[in-house]
Amino acid sequence: MSIDMSQFHQVFFEECFEGLEAMESGLLTLDMGDIDSEVINTIFRGAHSIKGGSGTFGFTVVAEYTHIMETLLDEMRDGRRKVTQPAVDVLLGSVDCLREMLTAIQNERDVNSSSVEKHKAALEVVLNGGSAPVESTFPSEQQITSEEIPANDPLNKDEEEFTAFEEQGWKIAFCPYLDLLKTGNDPVRLFRELNELGELTTIANIQDVPGFYELDPEECNISWDLKVVGDISDDEIKEIFNWVEGDCEMDIQPLAKTIKVSSAVKETGPEPIITAVSPNNPGPKSAEVKPKPITEIKKTDSQDSDNEVAKTTAKASSIRVDTDKIDTLINMVGEVVITQSMLGLVGENFTMDKVGQLKRGLAQLERHTRDLQQSVMNIRMLPISFVFSRFPRLVHDISSKLDKKIVLKLVGENTEVDKAVVELINDPLVHLIRNSLDHGIEMPADRVAAGKSETGTIELKAYHRGGHIVIEIIDDGRGLDKDKLLAKAIEKGLIEENNLLTEKQIFELIFMPGFSTAEQLTDISGRGVGMDVVRRNIQSLGGNIEIISELGKGTTIAIHLPLTLAILDGQSVAVGDETYIVPLVSIIESINITERMLNKVAGKGETFRLRNEYLPVIRMRNIFNVHSDNPTKSKEGVLVVVEGQGELCCLLVDELLGQQQVVIKSLEANYRRVEGVSGATILGDGSVALILDVPGLVRFSTR
Amino acid sequence: MAKEAEKKDIDQYHYSRNLDNAVQYLSFALGKEEYGVDILRVQEIRSWEPVSRIPNVPCYEKGVVNLRGSIVPILDLRERFNLSQAEYTPLTVVVVLQTGDANKTRIMGIVVDSVSDVISVDKTEIQSAPDFGAKVSNEFINGLVSVNDRMVMLLDVDKLLKLEELDQDEN
Repeated sequence: MSIDMSQFHQVFFEECFEGLEAMESGLLTLDMGDIDSEVINTIFRGAHSIKGGSGTFGFTVVAEYTHIMETLLDEMRDGRRKVTQPAVDVLLGSVDCLREMLTAIQNERDVNSSSVEKHKAALEVVLNGGSAPVESTFPSEQQITSEEIPANDPLNKDEEEFTAFEEQGWKIAFCPYLDLLKTGNDPVRLFRELNELGELTTIANIQDVPGFYELDPEECNISWDLKVVGDISDDEIKEIFNWVEGDCEMDIQPLAKTIKVSSAVKETGPEPIITAVSPNNPGPKSAEVKPKPITEIKKTDSQDSDNEVAKTTAKASSIRVDTDKIDTLINMVGEVVITQSMLGLVGENFTMDKVGQLKRGLAQLERHTRDLQQSVMNIRMLPISFVFSRFPRLVHDISSKLDKKIVLKLVGENTEVDKAVVELINDPLVHLIRNSLDHGIEMPADRVAAGKSETGTIELKAYHRGGHIVIEIIDDGRGLDKDKLLAKAIEKGLIEENNLLTEKQIFELIFMPGFSTAEQLTDISGRGVGMDVVRRNIQSLGGNIEIISELGKGTTIAIHLPLTLAILDGQSVAVGDETYIVPLVSIIESINITERMLNKVAGKGETFRLRNEYLPVIRMRNIFNVHSDNPTKSKEGVLVVVEGQGELCCLLVDELLGQQQVVIKSLEANYRRVEGVSGATILGDGSVALILDVPGLVRFSTR
Repeated sequence: MAKEAEKKDIDQYHYSRNLDNAVQYLSFALGKEEYGVDILRVQEIRSWEPVSRIPNVPCYEKGVVNLRGSIVPILDLRERFNLSQAEYTPLTVVVVLQTGDANKTRIMGIVVDSVSDVISVDKTEIQSAPDFGAKVSNEFINGLVSVNDRMVMLLDVDKLLKLEELDQDEN
């Protein structure tokens, strides 16, 4: 039975965090006055599986804590307790506390016991405030025990909680003989059945388990103390144990009477572990009791504050993928293998008359490879809701802190985007939303005075446009005050007094380091760091950020990000003897032209008239200083009309070569940024081609 | 032949005697000058192959090549040191060097006329490069050492491959 449980930790933590998210969003829905038993059930399930899992893995602190939450939720579910705002707030706090605990455990840090105690006490206050049958001395006792021995002997507490909250049930001391397993009986099955009768908690006494080398896997060295809670008759229990009657010693007693006895029993076991079998996933979890002392959780008084951002240590990152996606991938691989073997057959005894067959095979291979590539890329795609789902909570917390009434609307949560983007976009978004909450939306009174509804709206919107994902944060707040921004910028010496700036440029001022117009600092925002960091982060992802704002009406911040950071549809173009790649998404059209179709402006600049619009022309030969032995070609060429950051522009190249998907390689890894170039790729012949950075090129050429 | 063998023995002797102080350098030629780089920085030696030019960079940055999937820049040392340009021949080699700290390593190639030898140098025998004033830039030279009466200039790989200054120029 000695399984290295740590291999499952990663999965467990992921499940826990998912559960927490579900609980959080559930709680927030409750908050809006809509009391739905289904929602409470969801929350309950979340808490329950965390409790079950953490028990299995020996994270007793977490298991205990969730147990208290569960009690409260259970009462809400049964309608024994009303769902009140304070209770929901306490539960939300508990979700945070749990998250903190789990993060701490995950990073092998010590759990901040004082904060846990604080939340626990709050929970208990709520519990006591209601009609629940709780011993009055319970909270203080609870605290004393946990302060003295928070982890090493958590069972006393657990025991008391059980007896305190639940009245009916059975206590079973189950002590199988060594050869129980040989008779074909599996304790796990018994526990599963017990769990169907009522809530089961198992305590495994593993002091008799020998060391690994003496361990006989066919012997059962573990004995259990079981507790089943619920209205269960004597016979029902006996029936379950009917099969093992001759193979074990057992003692069945009603729960209420056995408190003292069971505590005594427990004290003899030095390393007992609680395992709660959850009804959702019974079976295997309860069986995997590990003969390892609970060392993961240590008593601490770590100084981590409540809202300290958890510093995550380096950890293997993982991704959850829809099984459908995997199935497609497997199909695809199958196809490629078939094609490959077909080509192998053709090649074995190759004669010229098989050329057609060969070509067909190659075409097939190409198609399959492309599909394969696409499905692999698909695996990395996650819906943006992974990021968005955190914001309702953020908005809820901050708006109540600021006494503002704010509704958050989420649009396009299922828009898919690369995992790397998802991970990196979170912090900038948090920052922008905080800004909107703090500076954008006015106080309710001000809003009414301005003729707007009392409740402010923040809309978080994601959609695809071209090869980009656009994320917009739209608020209907006070908007940006251009004059104020200008005055502030001049005061801070960021710009000259008589500079003429366009509206766009003025708004861009807020991205300058050290720029903040907030009259006073709050703990939410206003220090004037941040916006420059936001912009830098977004630019490092290859995106850009735009502000549209109208004074008194609101502000829209639009973030454009590439969908993926790895692959790009490209058009290869020839400039002299060199090959460059233009991202296909930025190409509007391509036109064959001759020299005389271009108009000179002021003797230097050139424009091209495209459907009554004069577009600036960038000669790639000039801007990249391409020398070629064959200058006559520049008399005619191909004009590639591209869009970069909303502006149209023409690139004059010699020839269009072909379209292909290219894998983006970083130039910066070994080299450095080059103006007008966003990266490099490797062409079919092994040579390197540069990928043009169209917006950068436009900027570069206008300098 | 005998002489050479003898020389090798002596080298070997030097090497073993001063194991603690000995550093091995890869020496290569640029025209008539001989340079050395710390051999631990050398990843591989390749023959010259055409590069993809990078627009608007100093002329000694010849371009980039595909080195097993990584994009690796190639610098021409002759041009870097303002020596006369040489034709690229099949004998022209590219020494691929590693640079950078523990956080980030970069790989770059330098074009040299030919590689000559691996030399063991006693650290104590390295002399600092004389100051020629502003006329000759010796910022990349870590020191001088004489091997069999030839002077070898030992290069500081990190300084040689540092391109940050250029990034600043850009801004």
